[in-house]
Amino acid sequence: MTILVIAEHDHASLKGVTRNTLAAAQKIGGEVHVLVAGSNAAAAAAEAGKLAGVAKVLLADAPHYADQTAENLAALVVSLAANYSHVLAPASVFGKNFLPRVAGLLDVQQISDVIAVNSADTFVRPIYAGNALATVQSADKVKVVSVRPTAFEAVGDGGAAPVENVAAAADTGLARLVGREIVKSERPELGAAKIVVSGGRGLGSGENYKKLLEPLADKLSAALGASRAAVDAGYVPNDYQVGQTGKIVAPQLYIAIGISGAIQHLAGMKDSKVIVAINKNEDEPIFQVADYGLVADLNEAVPQLIAAL
Amino acid sequence: MKVLVPVKRVADKDVKVRPKADETGVDLANVKMSINPFDENAVEEAVRLKEKGVATEVVVVSVGPEKAKDTLISALAVGADRAILVDAGETEVQPLAVAKLIKAVADKEQPQLVIFGRQAIDDDSAQTGQVFAALQGWGQATFASKVEVADGKAKVSREIDGGLETLELALPAVISADLRLNEPRYAKLPDVMKAKKKPLETVKPGDLGVDIAPRLKTLKVSEPPKRQGGGKVADVAELVNKLKNVAKVI
Repeated sequence: MTILVIAEHDHASLKGVTRNTLAAAQKIGGEVHVLVAGSNAAAAAAEAGKLAGVAKVLLADAPHYADQTAENLAALVVSLAANYSHVLAPASVFGKNFLPRVAGLLDVQQISDVIAVNSADTFVRPIYAGNALATVQSADKVKVVSVRPTAFEAVGDGGAAPVENVAAAADTGLARLVGREIVKSERPELGAAKIVVSGGRGLGSGENYKKLLEPLADKLSAALGASRAAVDAGYVPNDYQVGQTGKIVAPQLYIAIGISGAIQHLAGMKDSKVIVAINKNEDEPIFQVADYGLVADLNEAVPQLIAAL
Repeated sequence: MKVLVPVKRVADKDVKVRPKADETGVDLANVKMSINPFDENAVEEAVRLKEKGVATEVVVVSVGPEKAKDTLISALAVGADRAILVDAGETEVQPLAVAKLIKAVADKEQPQLVIFGRQAIDDDSAQTGQVFAALQGWGQATFASKVEVADGKAKVSREIDGGLETLELALPAVISADLRLNEPRYAKLPDVMKAKKKPLETVKPGDLGVDIAPRLKTLKVSEPPKRQGGGKVADVAELVNKLKNVAKVI
C-alpha cells in the first residue's frame, strides 16, 4: 500500500494544509509519497522532503504547472496513479478544484472532506452541513480522498526523503490564467489562525465591520472571518466566509460578533476550542455553542473589548 | 448557444436534518425540499446569458426521484426553456454516476456551456461539475463569481484564497456557480403556472446506458458529537478575565 499526497504550495514553500493531509495519509498506513507539481518548485519539494514520515518526494517541474490549473494537475496525477492505493489532497479551494477531476478520469468515486480514517477503505465525512457524520467504505481500486485539514494535526519536520524528478504530463491547454488579484495581508491565514474574529449581518455594514473588527483582530493577531450573510450583504469578500460553503476553521479562540449562528455557519466553526459570541439578541442559536456568550450591543461591547485587551 | 444546467432537489437549507435513530441514513420524512441554493445561481446565470442574447436555449436537468419535477419546474419558472428528469427513483445516486448521467444527456443535447452549482448542500461532496468536466475532456472554472461569454470563449472570475483569479476557457466548458455570481430572482405565481406547460421529458438511467450502482457503501450515519455551550458572561470585563485566566487563550 503506497499513498500519494498532493502538496499545496506556492512553488517556493508548502502551504500548511499539506502537513494536515500528510497526517491523514499516515493514519491510513503504508508508504507515503508527496507530489509537488509546480514551476521552479525545487524549494517546495525540498521542504516536503523534510516532513516527518515521507518516504519520497516526486517533483514535476514544468511551466504549465505554474498556474496550478485543475486540468493539468489532474492529468499529471492520473499519469502517476497506477502506482498508488490512495491519492490524497487537502479539501481546500485548491484540492476541491482539481481532485474530483482525478477521480473522474480514474472512474472512481471520490470521498470528500474526510474527518477521520477508520481503516484503509473506510472514512468518516460530514454531510448536511455537519449535522450528520457518514461512515463510508470504498471498494474502488484507488481511493481518491480529500481531507479536511482541521481534523488532522499537522505533521512536523524530521524526515529526509529524496526528491525524484518525474515527467510532466502534456499541457492540456484547456484553461488559461488571465490574471490574479491577490490582496496581500499581514494577518494570519484564516484556515490556520490561532484566533479568529468573525463578523455577521449584525454589524450592519462593511464600514462598521472594518471599523470594529479590524482593530480587534490587530490587537489579538487574529485572522478575520465572516458569516455567509455578511458576505452575501457585500461587507467582505467571499474568502472571509466561514461555514459549510466557506472555510472550515478550528482555532483556539473564535469570536463571533453579530452572527446569529445559522446551521451553515456553525458547520464551519463549531470545532473551535473556545467560542465567544457577542450579540444583542439572547435567543440567537450562536449562544447554544458559545462557551462565553455576551448579550450586548456590539457597537459598545467591541470597543470596550479592544480597550480591555 | 445552448446552456445546460443540472439542478438537484435537496432538503431546504433552513431545515436541520438529523440522522435516523437506526443510523441507516438521515430522516427526511416530512422535510421541506427545495432546489439546491447554488443551482439557483447556476440557473439565474444561464437565464441572464439568454436575456443578453448570448445563449439561445437553457435546458435544466435533474437526477433524482419523480418529485424532482418540482425542482425542475422551479427552474422553468425563472426562465429555463425545457427540462429533463433522469428518474432514478428513490435510489441514491453518487456524484460519479450523476456526472455520467449528465454526460449522457450532454452528448445528446450538445450544450456549449454547462453550469453547475458549486456543491449540493445535502451530501456536500462538491464534485459533480469537475467530474463531468473530466469525463468530457473540457475545461472548468469552479466557484465562479463572474462569467463573460464571447467569441467562443468564457472568461470566468473565481474566488480563491486571498482574492480572485480569472480563467479563460474555450467552449464547450464547465462552470460551477458560487454565492456571489448573481442574485437569483423569485418566480412569480403566473410564471409557475406557465412553467408547468413547458416541455419536461423523463428518461431512466438505463435508457442512458449508465450504471448507477453506488461505489461507496454507507456503513452508518450518526450524530456528530454535541458541543457543550450556553455559558454566559455579564460584561466585557468578565469576558476578558475568563479568556485570560480560565480558558487561557489570550
